[in-house]
Amino acid sequence: MTVLSAHDFWAVAPEIYVATLACVILVIDLYVRSVRPCAAAYPLTIATLVSAGLLCLDGLFEPTQTVLNGLVMRDSVSALLKSGTCFGTAAVLFYARDYAAARGLWRGEYLVLALFGVVGMMAMIGAAHLLTLYVGIELLALCLYGMIAMERDSVRAAEAAMKYFILGALASGVLLYGMSLLYGLTGSLSLQAVSGATGTLEVSSLPLMLAISMLVVGLLFKLGAVPFHMWVPDVYDGSATSTTLYLSAVPKLAAFAILLRLLSTGLEGWIEIWQDMLLVAALLSIALGNVVAIAQSNIKRMLAYSTISNMGFLLLGFFAGTHAGYAAAMFYAVIYMVTTLAAFSVILALSRSGFESDSLDDFRGLNKRNPWLALLMLIVMFSLAGIPPTAGFFAKLMVLQAALEAGFVAVVVAAVILAVVGAFYYLRIVKLMYFDDAEEGVLTISAHGYRRSMKWVLTVNAIGLVAVTPWIGEVIDFIGKSLMGFGLS
Amino acid sequence: MIPLSHYLIVGALLFAISVVGIFLNRKNLVIILMAIELLLLAANMNFVAFSHYLGNLSGQVFVFFVLTVAAAEAAIGLAILIVLFRTRRSINVQDLDHLKG
Repeated sequence: MTVLSAHDFWAVAPEIYVATLACVILVIDLYVRSVRPCAAAYPLTIATLVSAGLLCLDGLFEPTQTVLNGLVMRDSVSALLKSGTCFGTAAVLFYARDYAAARGLWRGEYLVLALFGVVGMMAMIGAAHLLTLYVGIELLALCLYGMIAMERDSVRAAEAAMKYFILGALASGVLLYGMSLLYGLTGSLSLQAVSGATGTLEVSSLPLMLAISMLVVGLLFKLGAVPFHMWVPDVYDGSATSTTLYLSAVPKLAAFAILLRLLSTGLEGWIEIWQDMLLVAALLSIALGNVVAIAQSNIKRMLAYSTISNMGFLLLGFFAGTHAGYAAAMFYAVIYMVTTLAAFSVILALSRSGFESDSLDDFRGLNKRNPWLALLMLIVMFSLAGIPPTAGFFAKLMVLQAALEAGFVAVVVAAVILAVVGAFYYLRIVKLMYFDDAEEGVLTISAHGYRRSMKWVLTVNAIGLVAVTPWIGEVIDFIGKSLMGFGLS
Repeated sequence: MIPLSHYLIVGALLFAISVVGIFLNRKNLVIILMAIELLLLAANMNFVAFSHYLGNLSGQVFVFFVLTVAAAEAAIGLAILIVLFRTRRSINVQDLDHLKG
Protein backbone atom coordinates (compact mmCIF):
# COMPACT_ATOMS: atom_id res chain seq x y z
CA MET A 1 0.00 0.00 0.00
CA THR A 2 1.63 3.23 -1.11
CA VAL A 3 0.78 6.79 -0.22
CA LEU A 4 -1.17 8.57 -2.94
CA SER A 5 0.72 11.33 -4.69
CA ALA A 6 -0.35 14.24 -6.86
CA HIS A 7 0.63 12.07 -9.80
CA ASP A 8 -2.13 9.60 -8.95
CA PHE A 9 -4.74 12.32 -8.88
CA TRP A 10 -3.46 13.89 -12.11
CA ALA A 11 -4.13 10.56 -13.82
CA VAL A 12 -7.83 10.80 -12.94
CA ALA A 13 -7.96 14.58 -13.38
CA PRO A 14 -10.54 14.40 -16.23
CA GLU A 15 -12.95 12.34 -14.09
CA ILE A 16 -12.52 14.64 -11.07
CA TYR A 17 -12.90 17.68 -13.31
CA VAL A 18 -16.15 16.51 -14.96
CA ALA A 19 -17.67 15.27 -11.68
CA THR A 20 -16.87 18.53 -9.87
CA LEU A 21 -18.21 20.70 -12.66
CA ALA A 22 -21.35 18.57 -12.89
CA CYS A 23 -22.08 19.47 -9.25
CA VAL A 24 -21.26 23.14 -9.92
CA ILE A 25 -23.54 23.20 -12.97
CA LEU A 26 -26.37 21.65 -10.97
CA VAL A 27 -26.14 24.49 -8.42
CA ILE A 28 -25.68 27.23 -11.02
CA ASP A 29 -28.73 26.00 -12.90
CA LEU A 30 -30.82 26.47 -9.75
CA TYR A 31 -29.83 30.11 -9.37
CA VAL A 32 -29.68 31.35 -12.94
CA ARG A 33 -33.23 32.08 -14.00
CA SER A 34 -33.79 32.89 -17.64
CA VAL A 35 -36.46 32.76 -20.30
CA ARG A 36 -34.54 30.09 -22.15
CA PRO A 37 -34.06 26.79 -20.31
CA CYS A 38 -30.46 25.94 -19.38
CA ALA A 39 -29.22 29.38 -20.47
CA ALA A 40 -26.13 28.99 -18.29
CA ALA A 41 -26.00 25.22 -17.83
CA TYR A 42 -25.82 24.35 -21.53
CA PRO A 43 -22.75 26.43 -22.52
CA LEU A 44 -21.03 25.38 -19.30
CA THR A 45 -21.71 21.70 -20.00
CA ILE A 46 -20.35 21.91 -23.53
CA ALA A 47 -17.28 23.82 -22.28
CA THR A 48 -16.72 21.21 -19.58
CA LEU A 49 -16.92 18.32 -22.01
CA VAL A 50 -14.67 19.92 -24.64
CA SER A 51 -12.01 20.94 -22.09
CA ALA A 52 -12.18 17.50 -20.43
CA GLY A 53 -11.76 15.92 -23.87
CA LEU A 54 -8.57 17.91 -24.39
CA LEU A 55 -7.38 17.16 -20.84
CA CYS A 56 -7.76 13.42 -21.50
CA LEU A 57 -5.38 13.62 -24.45
CA ASP A 58 -2.57 14.66 -22.09
CA GLY A 59 -1.52 11.07 -21.36
CA LEU A 60 -1.48 9.89 -24.97
CA PHE A 61 1.50 7.68 -25.90
CA GLU A 62 3.07 7.81 -22.46
CA PRO A 63 4.13 4.48 -20.97
CA THR A 64 1.28 2.50 -19.39
CA GLN A 65 0.94 2.90 -15.63
CA THR A 66 -1.56 1.82 -13.01
CA VAL A 67 -2.36 4.51 -10.46
CA LEU A 68 -4.45 4.91 -7.27
CA ASN A 69 -3.17 1.64 -5.80
CA GLY A 70 -3.97 -0.30 -8.94
CA LEU A 71 -7.54 0.94 -9.36
CA VAL A 72 -7.07 2.91 -12.58
CA MET A 73 -5.09 2.23 -15.73
CA ARG A 74 -3.51 5.14 -17.53
CA ASP A 75 -2.55 4.23 -21.10
CA SER A 76 -2.95 5.45 -24.66
CA VAL A 77 -6.16 3.57 -25.37
CA SER A 78 -7.88 5.03 -22.31
CA ALA A 79 -6.72 8.55 -23.22
CA LEU A 80 -8.12 8.14 -26.72
CA LEU A 81 -11.44 6.57 -25.69
CA LYS A 82 -12.03 9.02 -22.81
CA SER A 83 -11.42 11.92 -25.14
CA GLY A 84 -13.78 10.40 -27.71
CA THR A 85 -16.40 9.97 -24.99
CA CYS A 86 -16.21 13.64 -23.99
CA PHE A 87 -16.33 15.00 -27.54
CA GLY A 88 -19.06 12.53 -28.53
CA THR A 89 -21.23 13.53 -25.60
CA ALA A 90 -20.71 17.21 -26.37
CA ALA A 91 -21.99 16.50 -29.90
CA VAL A 92 -24.95 14.51 -28.51
CA LEU A 93 -26.04 17.39 -26.27
CA PHE A 94 -25.54 19.88 -29.10
CA TYR A 95 -27.85 17.87 -31.38
CA ALA A 96 -30.36 17.08 -28.63
CA ARG A 97 -30.90 20.70 -27.58
CA ASP A 98 -33.88 21.84 -29.64
CA TYR A 99 -35.64 18.48 -29.59
CA ALA A 100 -35.37 18.13 -25.82
CA ALA A 101 -36.35 21.77 -25.24
CA ALA A 102 -39.54 21.28 -27.29
CA ARG A 103 -40.51 18.36 -25.03
CA GLY A 104 -39.69 19.99 -21.69
CA LEU A 105 -36.70 17.69 -21.11
CA TRP A 106 -34.08 20.41 -21.45
CA ARG A 107 -33.49 21.05 -17.77
CA GLY A 108 -30.33 21.30 -15.73
CA GLU A 109 -30.76 17.78 -14.35
CA TYR A 110 -30.75 16.29 -17.84
CA LEU A 111 -27.33 17.82 -18.55
CA VAL A 112 -25.99 16.91 -15.12
CA LEU A 113 -27.11 13.29 -15.54
CA ALA A 114 -25.39 13.26 -18.93
CA LEU A 115 -22.18 14.55 -17.30
CA PHE A 116 -22.27 11.93 -14.53
CA GLY A 117 -22.85 9.32 -17.20
CA VAL A 118 -19.64 10.56 -18.83
CA VAL A 119 -17.80 10.12 -15.51
CA GLY A 120 -19.15 6.56 -15.37
CA MET A 121 -17.96 5.85 -18.91
CA MET A 122 -14.52 7.27 -18.14
CA ALA A 123 -14.29 5.06 -15.04
CA MET A 124 -15.17 2.04 -17.19
CA ILE A 125 -12.58 2.98 -19.80
CA GLY A 126 -9.77 3.43 -17.27
CA ALA A 127 -10.65 0.43 -15.10
CA ALA A 128 -7.75 -1.72 -13.89
CA HIS A 129 -9.75 -3.25 -11.06
CA LEU A 130 -13.12 -4.99 -10.84
CA LEU A 131 -14.32 -2.33 -8.39
CA THR A 132 -13.70 0.56 -10.81
CA LEU A 133 -15.32 -1.46 -13.57
CA TYR A 134 -18.46 -2.19 -11.55
CA VAL A 135 -18.86 1.34 -10.18
CA GLY A 136 -18.37 2.80 -13.67
CA ILE A 137 -20.97 0.47 -15.21
CA GLU A 138 -23.49 1.28 -12.49
CA LEU A 139 -22.89 5.02 -12.62
CA LEU A 140 -23.57 5.09 -16.35
CA ALA A 141 -26.59 2.79 -16.04
CA LEU A 142 -28.21 4.77 -13.21
CA CYS A 143 -27.82 8.01 -15.19
CA LEU A 144 -29.40 6.37 -18.25
CA TYR A 145 -32.42 5.10 -16.28
CA GLY A 146 -32.92 8.60 -14.92
CA MET A 147 -32.59 10.28 -18.30
CA ILE A 148 -35.15 7.95 -19.89
CA ALA A 149 -37.65 8.35 -17.04
CA MET A 150 -37.33 12.16 -17.10
CA GLU A 151 -39.93 12.28 -19.84
CA ARG A 152 -42.50 11.91 -17.08
CA ASP A 153 -45.76 12.23 -18.96
CA SER A 154 -44.89 9.67 -21.59
CA VAL A 155 -46.34 6.21 -20.98
CA ARG A 156 -43.81 4.71 -23.37
CA ALA A 157 -40.80 6.34 -21.72
CA ALA A 158 -41.82 5.14 -18.26
CA GLU A 159 -42.24 1.62 -19.56
CA ALA A 160 -38.91 1.75 -21.41
CA ALA A 161 -37.18 3.01 -18.26
CA MET A 162 -38.70 0.21 -16.16
CA LYS A 163 -37.76 -2.51 -18.64
CA TYR A 164 -34.24 -1.13 -18.97
CA PHE A 165 -33.93 -0.84 -15.21
CA ILE A 166 -35.01 -4.42 -14.50
CA LEU A 167 -32.93 -6.03 -17.22
CA GLY A 168 -29.93 -3.76 -16.57
CA ALA A 169 -30.01 -4.52 -12.84
CA LEU A 170 -30.29 -8.24 -13.58
CA ALA A 171 -27.26 -7.99 -15.88
CA SER A 172 -25.21 -6.12 -13.28
CA GLY A 173 -26.23 -8.70 -10.70
CA VAL A 174 -25.03 -11.56 -12.89
CA LEU A 175 -21.81 -9.65 -13.66
CA LEU A 176 -21.28 -9.01 -9.96
CA TYR A 177 -21.85 -12.67 -9.07
CA GLY A 178 -19.28 -13.62 -11.71
CA MET A 179 -16.86 -11.10 -10.21
CA SER A 180 -17.36 -12.59 -6.74
CA LEU A 181 -16.58 -16.09 -8.04
CA LEU A 182 -13.52 -14.78 -9.88
CA TYR A 183 -12.39 -13.08 -6.68
CA GLY A 184 -12.76 -16.34 -4.76
CA LEU A 185 -10.81 -18.28 -7.38
CA THR A 186 -7.93 -15.87 -7.92
CA GLY A 187 -7.84 -14.12 -4.54
CA SER A 188 -7.68 -10.66 -6.05
CA LEU A 189 -9.89 -8.00 -7.57
CA SER A 190 -7.14 -6.38 -9.62
CA LEU A 191 -7.32 -7.36 -13.29
CA GLN A 192 -3.55 -7.73 -13.59
CA ALA A 193 -3.44 -10.00 -10.53
CA VAL A 194 -6.33 -12.01 -12.00
CA SER A 195 -4.38 -12.52 -15.22
CA GLY A 196 -1.34 -13.45 -13.12
CA ALA A 197 -3.33 -16.36 -11.69
CA THR A 198 -3.68 -17.92 -15.17
CA GLY A 199 -1.17 -20.65 -14.50
CA THR A 200 -2.69 -21.75 -11.20
CA LEU A 201 -6.17 -22.64 -12.51
CA GLU A 202 -7.10 -25.33 -15.00
CA VAL A 203 -9.15 -24.25 -18.02
CA SER A 204 -11.46 -27.18 -17.39
CA SER A 205 -12.24 -26.13 -13.82
CA LEU A 206 -16.00 -25.84 -13.44
CA PRO A 207 -16.09 -22.85 -11.04
CA LEU A 208 -13.81 -20.92 -13.38
CA MET A 209 -16.06 -21.67 -16.36
CA LEU A 210 -19.07 -20.54 -14.32
CA ALA A 211 -17.36 -17.31 -13.29
CA ILE A 212 -16.25 -16.45 -16.82
CA SER A 213 -19.65 -17.37 -18.30
CA MET A 214 -21.40 -15.05 -15.87
CA LEU A 215 -18.99 -12.22 -16.64
CA VAL A 216 -19.48 -12.72 -20.38
CA VAL A 217 -23.27 -12.88 -19.99
CA GLY A 218 -23.21 -9.59 -18.07
CA LEU A 219 -21.04 -7.96 -20.71
CA LEU A 220 -23.19 -9.22 -23.61
CA PHE A 221 -26.26 -7.87 -21.82
CA LYS A 222 -24.70 -4.42 -21.50
CA LEU A 223 -23.58 -4.57 -25.13
CA GLY A 224 -27.03 -5.63 -26.35
CA ALA A 225 -25.82 -8.75 -28.16
CA VAL A 226 -28.11 -11.72 -28.92
CA PRO A 227 -29.35 -13.66 -26.87
CA PHE A 228 -29.43 -10.79 -24.35
CA HIS A 229 -30.77 -8.11 -26.68
CA MET A 230 -34.45 -7.97 -25.62
CA TRP A 231 -34.13 -4.55 -24.00
CA VAL A 232 -32.51 -2.78 -26.97
CA PRO A 233 -35.51 -2.21 -29.31
CA ASP A 234 -37.93 -1.31 -26.50
CA VAL A 235 -35.53 1.15 -24.87
CA TYR A 236 -34.56 2.79 -28.18
CA ASP A 237 -38.18 3.05 -29.22
CA GLY A 238 -39.67 4.17 -25.91
CA SER A 239 -37.12 6.85 -25.00
CA ALA A 240 -37.21 10.40 -26.32
CA THR A 241 -35.00 10.53 -29.43
CA SER A 242 -32.49 12.81 -27.68
CA THR A 243 -32.04 10.20 -24.93
CA THR A 244 -31.88 7.40 -27.50
CA LEU A 245 -29.04 9.31 -29.15
CA TYR A 246 -27.20 9.60 -25.83
CA LEU A 247 -27.54 5.95 -24.90
CA SER A 248 -26.91 4.49 -28.36
CA ALA A 249 -23.84 6.36 -29.56
CA VAL A 250 -21.19 7.15 -26.96
CA PRO A 251 -21.54 4.21 -24.50
CA LYS A 252 -20.38 1.87 -27.27
CA LEU A 253 -16.83 3.18 -26.75
CA ALA A 254 -17.09 2.34 -23.05
CA ALA A 255 -18.60 -1.05 -23.93
CA PHE A 256 -15.58 -1.81 -26.09
CA ALA A 257 -13.32 -0.65 -23.25
CA ILE A 258 -14.87 -2.97 -20.65
CA LEU A 259 -14.58 -5.89 -23.07
CA LEU A 260 -10.93 -5.00 -23.54
CA ARG A 261 -10.20 -4.57 -19.84
CA LEU A 262 -12.02 -7.62 -18.58
CA LEU A 263 -11.40 -10.13 -21.34
CA SER A 264 -8.01 -9.00 -22.65
CA THR A 265 -6.24 -7.59 -19.57
CA GLY A 266 -7.90 -9.89 -17.05
CA LEU A 267 -8.96 -13.16 -18.68
CA GLU A 268 -6.72 -13.47 -21.72
CA GLY A 269 -5.11 -16.62 -20.31
CA TRP A 270 -8.47 -18.39 -20.44
CA ILE A 271 -9.37 -17.30 -23.96
CA GLU A 272 -10.56 -20.85 -24.80
CA ILE A 273 -13.47 -20.37 -22.41
CA TRP A 274 -14.79 -17.02 -23.64
CA GLN A 275 -13.85 -17.18 -27.30
CA ASP A 276 -16.62 -19.57 -28.35
CA MET A 277 -19.25 -17.68 -26.37
CA LEU A 278 -18.35 -14.41 -28.08
CA LEU A 279 -18.27 -16.09 -31.48
CA VAL A 280 -21.77 -17.54 -31.11
CA ALA A 281 -23.12 -14.24 -29.74
CA ALA A 282 -21.49 -12.33 -32.62
CA LEU A 283 -22.99 -14.53 -35.35
CA LEU A 284 -26.44 -14.66 -33.71
CA SER A 285 -26.41 -10.86 -33.28
CA ILE A 286 -25.52 -10.22 -36.91
CA ALA A 287 -28.15 -12.71 -38.09
CA LEU A 288 -31.03 -11.69 -35.84
CA GLY A 289 -30.30 -7.95 -35.98
CA ASN A 290 -30.21 -7.83 -39.76
CA VAL A 291 -33.20 -10.10 -40.36
CA VAL A 292 -35.58 -8.60 -37.80
CA ALA A 293 -34.67 -5.02 -38.78
CA ILE A 294 -36.29 -5.67 -42.17
CA ALA A 295 -39.69 -6.11 -40.52
CA GLN A 296 -39.63 -2.78 -38.64
CA SER A 297 -41.74 0.22 -39.63
CA ASN A 298 -40.30 2.54 -37.00
CA ILE A 299 -36.84 3.92 -37.76
CA LYS A 300 -35.78 3.96 -34.10
CA ARG A 301 -36.63 0.27 -33.75
CA MET A 302 -34.88 -0.39 -37.07
CA LEU A 303 -31.75 1.37 -35.84
CA ALA A 304 -32.00 -0.61 -32.59
CA TYR A 305 -31.81 -3.89 -34.51
CA SER A 306 -29.04 -2.34 -36.60
CA THR A 307 -27.19 -1.69 -33.32
CA ILE A 308 -27.56 -5.34 -32.38
CA SER A 309 -26.04 -6.45 -35.67
CA ASN A 310 -23.28 -3.84 -35.40
CA MET A 311 -22.40 -5.05 -31.92
CA GLY A 312 -22.15 -8.49 -33.50
CA PHE A 313 -19.54 -7.14 -35.90
CA LEU A 314 -17.67 -5.51 -33.02
CA LEU A 315 -17.56 -8.87 -31.21
CA LEU A 316 -16.44 -10.52 -34.44
CA GLY A 317 -13.34 -8.35 -34.39
CA PHE A 318 -12.85 -8.91 -30.70
CA PHE A 319 -13.26 -12.64 -30.23
CA ALA A 320 -10.05 -13.72 -32.00
CA GLY A 321 -8.02 -12.06 -29.24
CA THR A 322 -5.35 -10.75 -31.61
CA HIS A 323 -3.92 -7.24 -31.64
CA ALA A 324 -5.29 -6.65 -35.15
CA GLY A 325 -8.72 -7.84 -33.98
CA TYR A 326 -8.81 -5.48 -31.01
CA ALA A 327 -7.69 -2.59 -33.22
CA ALA A 328 -10.41 -3.45 -35.76
CA ALA A 329 -13.05 -3.65 -33.02
CA MET A 330 -12.01 -0.29 -31.58
CA PHE A 331 -12.01 1.30 -35.03
CA TYR A 332 -15.46 -0.19 -35.54
CA ALA A 333 -16.73 1.26 -32.25
CA VAL A 334 -15.44 4.73 -33.11
CA ILE A 335 -16.91 4.71 -36.64
CA TYR A 336 -20.16 3.28 -35.33
CA MET A 337 -20.40 6.07 -32.76
CA VAL A 338 -19.89 8.80 -35.39
CA THR A 339 -22.37 7.17 -37.79
CA THR A 340 -25.05 6.70 -35.14
CA LEU A 341 -24.64 10.31 -34.04
CA ALA A 342 -25.43 11.42 -37.58
CA ALA A 343 -28.30 8.94 -38.07
CA PHE A 344 -30.24 9.96 -34.95
CA SER A 345 -29.45 13.62 -35.53
CA VAL A 346 -31.20 13.51 -38.90
CA ILE A 347 -34.29 12.20 -37.07
CA LEU A 348 -33.87 14.99 -34.49
CA ALA A 349 -33.55 17.60 -37.26
CA LEU A 350 -36.75 16.35 -38.91
CA SER A 351 -38.88 16.22 -35.79
CA ARG A 352 -40.91 19.12 -34.44
CA SER A 353 -42.85 19.77 -31.30
CA GLY A 354 -45.59 17.14 -31.36
CA PHE A 355 -44.15 15.33 -34.39
CA GLU A 356 -41.57 12.59 -33.84
CA SER A 357 -40.60 11.75 -37.42
CA ASP A 358 -39.66 8.25 -36.32
CA SER A 359 -41.77 6.29 -38.77
CA LEU A 360 -40.22 5.06 -42.00
CA ASP A 361 -43.11 6.74 -43.87
CA ASP A 362 -41.94 10.12 -42.60
CA PHE A 363 -38.86 9.71 -44.80
CA ARG A 364 -40.88 9.31 -48.01
CA GLY A 365 -39.93 11.94 -50.57
CA LEU A 366 -37.49 13.66 -48.24
CA ASN A 367 -35.34 14.54 -51.24
CA LYS A 368 -38.07 16.87 -52.55
CA ARG A 369 -38.59 18.55 -49.20
CA ASN A 370 -35.01 18.84 -48.01
CA PRO A 371 -32.40 17.52 -50.48
CA TRP A 372 -29.46 18.32 -48.19
CA LEU A 373 -30.76 16.26 -45.23
CA ALA A 374 -31.65 13.47 -47.64
CA LEU A 375 -28.09 13.45 -48.97
CA LEU A 376 -26.63 13.32 -45.45
CA MET A 377 -29.00 10.46 -44.53
CA LEU A 378 -27.92 8.67 -47.72
CA ILE A 379 -24.27 8.85 -46.67
CA VAL A 380 -25.13 7.62 -43.17
CA MET A 381 -27.16 4.69 -44.51
CA PHE A 382 -24.39 3.75 -46.95
CA SER A 383 -21.91 3.84 -44.08
CA LEU A 384 -24.11 1.63 -41.88
CA ALA A 385 -24.63 -0.80 -44.75
CA GLY A 386 -20.87 -0.86 -45.40
CA ILE A 387 -20.85 0.45 -48.96
CA PRO A 388 -17.52 1.92 -50.15
CA PRO A 389 -16.10 4.58 -50.00
CA THR A 390 -17.65 5.30 -46.61
CA ALA A 391 -15.88 4.76 -43.29
CA GLY A 392 -18.42 2.05 -42.41
CA PHE A 393 -17.08 -0.07 -45.26
CA PHE A 394 -13.52 0.11 -43.96
CA ALA A 395 -14.69 -0.68 -40.42
CA LYS A 396 -16.42 -3.88 -41.61
CA LEU A 397 -13.44 -4.72 -43.84
CA MET A 398 -10.97 -4.43 -40.96
CA VAL A 399 -13.08 -6.60 -38.67
CA LEU A 400 -13.55 -9.30 -41.29
CA GLN A 401 -9.86 -9.18 -42.24
CA ALA A 402 -8.84 -9.63 -38.60
CA ALA A 403 -11.17 -12.63 -38.22
CA LEU A 404 -9.85 -14.07 -41.50
CA GLU A 405 -6.22 -13.72 -40.40
CA ALA A 406 -7.08 -15.53 -37.19
CA GLY A 407 -8.27 -18.43 -39.38
CA PHE A 408 -12.06 -18.25 -39.07
CA VAL A 409 -12.97 -18.46 -42.77
CA ALA A 410 -16.47 -19.94 -42.41
CA VAL A 411 -17.41 -17.29 -39.84
CA VAL A 412 -16.31 -14.51 -42.19
CA VAL A 413 -18.30 -15.95 -45.10
CA ALA A 414 -21.43 -16.18 -42.93
CA ALA A 415 -20.97 -12.61 -41.68
CA VAL A 416 -20.57 -11.24 -45.20
CA ILE A 417 -23.75 -12.99 -46.41
CA LEU A 418 -25.69 -11.64 -43.44
CA ALA A 419 -24.29 -8.14 -44.02
CA VAL A 420 -25.71 -8.27 -47.55
CA VAL A 421 -29.12 -9.14 -46.08
CA GLY A 422 -28.69 -6.13 -43.81
CA ALA A 423 -27.97 -3.79 -46.71
CA PHE A 424 -31.62 -4.21 -47.78
CA TYR A 425 -33.20 -2.19 -45.00
CA TYR A 426 -30.60 0.57 -45.11
CA LEU A 427 -31.09 0.96 -48.84
CA ARG A 428 -34.88 0.90 -48.37
CA ILE A 429 -34.56 4.23 -46.53
CA VAL A 430 -32.61 5.62 -49.48
CA LYS A 431 -35.34 4.39 -51.83
CA LEU A 432 -38.07 5.97 -49.68
CA MET A 433 -36.22 9.29 -49.62
CA TYR A 434 -35.38 9.51 -53.31
CA PHE A 435 -37.91 7.49 -55.29
CA ASP A 436 -41.16 7.63 -53.30
CA ASP A 437 -43.59 10.49 -52.85
CA ALA A 438 -44.71 11.71 -49.48
CA GLU A 439 -48.22 10.89 -48.35
CA GLU A 440 -50.81 13.62 -48.04
CA GLY A 441 -50.24 15.84 -45.04
CA VAL A 442 -46.57 15.04 -44.53
CA LEU A 443 -45.63 17.59 -47.21
CA THR A 444 -46.88 20.41 -45.03
CA ILE A 445 -43.95 19.86 -42.69
CA SER A 446 -41.22 22.05 -44.06
CA ALA A 447 -38.24 20.14 -42.61
CA HIS A 448 -36.27 23.38 -42.60
CA GLY A 449 -36.99 24.38 -39.03
CA TYR A 450 -33.79 23.23 -37.43
CA ARG A 451 -30.97 25.44 -36.27
CA ARG A 452 -28.40 26.59 -38.84
CA SER A 453 -25.46 25.65 -36.60
CA MET A 454 -26.89 22.14 -36.32
CA LYS A 455 -26.95 21.91 -40.10
CA TRP A 456 -23.23 22.70 -40.26
CA VAL A 457 -22.19 20.29 -37.51
CA LEU A 458 -24.40 17.55 -38.95
CA THR A 459 -22.88 18.16 -42.38
CA VAL A 460 -19.33 17.87 -41.04
CA ASN A 461 -20.35 14.75 -39.11
CA ALA A 462 -21.92 12.95 -42.08
CA ILE A 463 -19.61 14.17 -44.85
CA GLY A 464 -16.69 13.28 -42.57
CA LEU A 465 -17.68 9.62 -42.96
CA VAL A 466 -16.70 9.87 -46.63
CA ALA A 467 -14.04 12.59 -46.41
CA VAL A 468 -11.92 10.55 -43.99
CA THR A 469 -11.35 7.88 -46.66
CA PRO A 470 -7.95 9.11 -47.99
CA TRP A 471 -6.54 9.08 -44.42
CA ILE A 472 -8.22 5.89 -43.26
CA GLY A 473 -4.90 4.01 -43.16
CA GLU A 474 -3.41 6.61 -40.81
CA VAL A 475 -6.45 6.42 -38.53
CA ILE A 476 -6.20 2.63 -38.33
CA ASP A 477 -2.45 2.76 -37.66
CA PHE A 478 -3.04 5.35 -34.96
CA ILE A 479 -5.62 3.15 -33.23
CA GLY A 480 -3.35 0.12 -33.60
CA LYS A 481 -0.52 2.07 -31.99
CA SER A 482 -2.68 3.12 -29.07
CA LEU A 483 -3.53 -0.54 -28.41
CA MET A 484 0.16 -1.51 -28.25
CA GLY A 485 0.68 -4.30 -25.75
CA PHE A 486 -2.83 -5.75 -26.05
CA GLY A 487 -3.60 -9.01 -27.77
CA LEU A 488 -2.08 -12.46 -28.08
CA SER A 489 1.03 -12.46 -30.22
CA MET B 1 -16.00 -23.33 12.14
CA ILE B 2 -18.50 -23.22 9.33
CA PRO B 3 -16.89 -24.27 6.05
CA LEU B 4 -16.76 -21.92 3.06
CA SER B 5 -19.05 -24.12 1.00
CA HIS B 6 -22.00 -23.45 3.32
CA TYR B 7 -21.75 -19.73 2.67
CA LEU B 8 -21.42 -20.28 -1.06
CA ILE B 9 -24.50 -22.48 -1.08
CA VAL B 10 -26.51 -19.78 0.70
CA GLY B 11 -25.22 -17.25 -1.83
CA ALA B 12 -26.17 -19.50 -4.74
CA LEU B 13 -29.63 -20.10 -3.26
CA LEU B 14 -30.22 -16.35 -2.86
CA PHE B 15 -29.08 -15.86 -6.45
CA ALA B 16 -31.42 -18.57 -7.70
CA ILE B 17 -34.38 -17.23 -5.69
CA SER B 18 -33.90 -13.73 -7.08
CA VAL B 19 -33.54 -14.85 -10.70
CA VAL B 20 -36.66 -17.00 -10.36
CA GLY B 21 -38.39 -14.03 -8.72
CA ILE B 22 -37.59 -11.81 -11.68
CA PHE B 23 -38.59 -14.27 -14.38
CA LEU B 24 -41.57 -16.08 -12.90
CA ASN B 25 -43.23 -13.11 -11.28
CA ARG B 26 -46.15 -11.96 -13.42
CA LYS B 27 -47.94 -9.73 -10.95
CA ASN B 28 -46.14 -7.05 -9.03
CA LEU B 29 -43.22 -4.83 -9.98
CA VAL B 30 -42.28 -4.27 -6.33
CA ILE B 31 -41.46 -7.96 -6.04
CA ILE B 32 -39.05 -7.58 -8.96
CA LEU B 33 -37.33 -4.69 -7.15
CA MET B 34 -37.00 -6.90 -4.08
CA ALA B 35 -35.55 -9.71 -6.20
CA ILE B 36 -32.98 -7.30 -7.63
CA GLU B 37 -31.86 -6.35 -4.11
CA LEU B 38 -31.57 -10.04 -3.27
CA LEU B 39 -29.41 -10.57 -6.35
CA LEU B 40 -26.87 -8.01 -5.15
CA LEU B 41 -26.96 -9.48 -1.63
CA ALA B 42 -26.20 -12.92 -3.04
CA ALA B 43 -23.02 -11.54 -4.58
CA ASN B 44 -22.21 -9.74 -1.33
CA MET B 45 -22.52 -13.02 0.57
CA ASN B 46 -19.92 -14.55 -1.74
CA PHE B 47 -17.60 -11.56 -1.44
CA VAL B 48 -17.65 -11.56 2.35
CA ALA B 49 -17.24 -15.31 2.60
CA PHE B 50 -14.30 -15.37 0.17
CA SER B 51 -12.77 -12.31 1.81
CA HIS B 52 -12.82 -14.00 5.21
CA TYR B 53 -11.44 -17.30 3.99
CA LEU B 54 -8.75 -15.71 1.81
CA GLY B 55 -7.74 -13.31 4.58
CA ASN B 56 -7.99 -10.48 2.04
CA LEU B 57 -9.93 -7.35 2.93
CA SER B 58 -10.62 -6.02 -0.56
CA GLY B 59 -13.70 -8.22 -0.92
CA GLN B 60 -15.30 -6.58 2.10
CA VAL B 61 -14.48 -3.11 0.78
CA PHE B 62 -16.18 -4.12 -2.47
CA VAL B 63 -19.28 -5.01 -0.46
CA PHE B 64 -19.49 -1.45 0.88
CA PHE B 65 -19.53 -0.14 -2.67
CA VAL B 66 -22.14 -2.70 -3.74
CA LEU B 67 -24.38 -1.73 -0.82
CA THR B 68 -24.12 1.93 -1.80
CA VAL B 69 -24.91 1.15 -5.42
CA ALA B 70 -27.81 -1.05 -4.29
CA ALA B 71 -29.26 1.84 -2.30
CA ALA B 72 -28.99 4.18 -5.29
CA GLU B 73 -30.49 1.52 -7.52
CA ALA B 74 -33.44 0.97 -5.18
CA ALA B 75 -34.05 4.74 -5.08
CA ILE B 76 -34.07 5.02 -8.87
CA GLY B 77 -36.14 1.86 -9.25
CA LEU B 78 -38.83 3.15 -6.91
CA ALA B 79 -38.77 6.56 -8.61
CA ILE B 80 -39.36 4.91 -12.00
CA LEU B 81 -42.11 2.82 -10.39
CA ILE B 82 -43.85 6.00 -9.25
CA VAL B 83 -43.55 7.58 -12.70
CA LEU B 84 -45.01 4.40 -14.17
CA PHE B 85 -47.87 4.35 -11.69
CA ARG B 86 -48.67 8.03 -12.34
CA THR B 87 -48.98 7.47 -16.07
CA ARG B 88 -50.69 4.10 -15.95
CA ARG B 89 -52.42 3.63 -12.57
CA SER B 90 -51.04 0.10 -12.33
CA ILE B 91 -47.82 -1.65 -11.35
CA ASN B 92 -48.82 -4.97 -12.84
CA VAL B 93 -46.04 -6.59 -14.85
CA GLN B 94 -48.47 -7.75 -17.52
CA ASP B 95 -49.51 -4.16 -18.22
CA LEU B 96 -46.01 -3.37 -19.52
CA ASP B 97 -47.01 -4.13 -23.09
CA HIS B 98 -47.14 -0.79 -24.89
CA LEU B 99 -43.76 -1.45 -26.47
CA LYS B 100 -43.77 -4.73 -28.31
CA GLY B 101 -40.49 -6.49 -27.60
